Amino acid sequence: MAQTTVGIRTVLVVGGSAGSLDPVLQIVGALPADTDAAIVIVVHRKAGSDSILSNLLAAKTSLPVKEVEDKDPVLTGHIFLAPPDYHLLFENRNYFALDASEKINYSRPSIDVTFESAAAAFGSTVVGVLLSGANADGAEGLAAIRNAGGLTLVQDPATAEVYYMPQQAILLGAAGQVVHKDQLPARLAALLRRQP
Amino acid sequence: MDPNIIREEEIEQLLAGLLDLYGYDFTNYARASLRRRINRIMIVDKLPSFAELFYKIKSDPAYLKHFVAEVTVNVTEMFRDPQVYATIRREVLPVLATYPFIRIWHAGCATGEEVYSMAILLEESGLLHKSLLYATDLNHNMVEQVRSGIFPMRHMKQYSENYIAAGGKQDFSQYYTAKYDRAVFSSTLRKKLIVATHNLVSDSSFNEFQMIFCRNVLIYFDKTLQEKVLQLLDNSLEQRGFLVLGTKENLRFSAIAPGYLPLAPKDKIWRKRQ
Repeated sequence: MAQTTVGIRTVLVVGGSAGSLDPVLQIVGALPADTDAAIVIVVHRKAGSDSILSNLLAAKTSLPVKEVEDKDPVLTGHIFLAPPDYHLLFENRNYFALDASEKINYSRPSIDVTFESAAAAFGSTVVGVLLSGANADGAEGLAAIRNAGGLTLVQDPATAEVYYMPQQAILLGAAGQVVHKDQLPARLAALLRRQP
Repeated sequence: MDPNIIREEEIEQLLAGLLDLYGYDFTNYARASLRRRINRIMIVDKLPSFAELFYKIKSDPAYLKHFVAEVTVNVTEMFRDPQVYATIRREVLPVLATYPFIRIWHAGCATGEEVYSMAILLEESGLLHKSLLYATDLNHNMVEQVRSGIFPMRHMKQYSENYIAAGGKQDFSQYYTAKYDRAVFSSTLRKKLIVATHNLVSDSSFNEFQMIFCRNVLIYFDKTLQEKVLQLLDNSLEQRGFLVLGTKENLRFSAIAPGYLPLAPKDKIWRKRQ
């Protein structure tokens, strides 16, 4: 298991809201065990719904899953989950930071906040993914990743349980690729596999 | 929101100005969040450039106040994380009850919702009469707000639910009087509060307490400042006293950690060793 924070080439940030649990679980289930990326997942959920999501994710992967605490190190080969009721940011390439300030797009955590922060800290090495959801959170953040030279994938709205969120990203021109739900896990796995 | 409106060197210039001109030291605030908040202020206040922002801060005292209040995060609620208060009620209050006099410090109290929550717990345990709750914040506006005991009525339903989830057995509405869109909290609770401005970054310890709350304050500081503030809290806490941090904050990186025992690890309550 890679424990080093040195030489991270890729951060995968995944955002979703209503209807995103299923694709999130599929993506996590397909992640390669030998990845050099740190994986960060931001989904809208109710405050106090602790550990249930962590446990669901952990059951799908051999990679360690952790709900982020303040100043936790960004580690490769780990899956990090934004805690309910906090915005999750990258303080820099090495550490996370949390922020309990007002909701953005009616959401805390807000996907935009994490995506924009990822773009600022990691630039073109970010892979951003936006999934099913019923509000516009994430679209602007995905655009920030794309503007910073990162790779952006959006779940094809036609294959999303709730089309609105991925649709907003596409309308904003933030989608580098629009991908069928069933093809997302394999596509991401290929991107994240350690390069020889 | 465009995360790049303000450049890194402009932030440095702004922070140096705030420190030199007014003594507000934000230089060791966690930068990612600080940058986001400054950007947000510029968008909300419709300031087209950094020069405009800096000019307003330097020339308009009312705007300076507004800026400081906005750049610091003042989001809080009553009985936030109800399980933490349930643990306090169950495990901490019986210990505090054995003291002749109880002093509690809410460091970085913002608008004071947590102070009132604690006052309610103490009242229900029959301890409020021998308690003093010190509530401090660096924002003068916040201090006025805490003293007034007036909170928006629209939050009371949520607070009442939190109160019940925290083990409250009474009718929450007995603690306030509704006046139009405002809830005015009872003077029984208010008269045990001592409210003052105090800046955790630059001010020193001013008393010894049996319990200190500092929740969701440290997350806005970098590691250096976190350590400095934790030392200040440590210096202000009696032996066997209780320290309560935010549910995603931790002592583990601090030099003071060996002096503390976790009382409720998930609730982030520690007890200082003898």
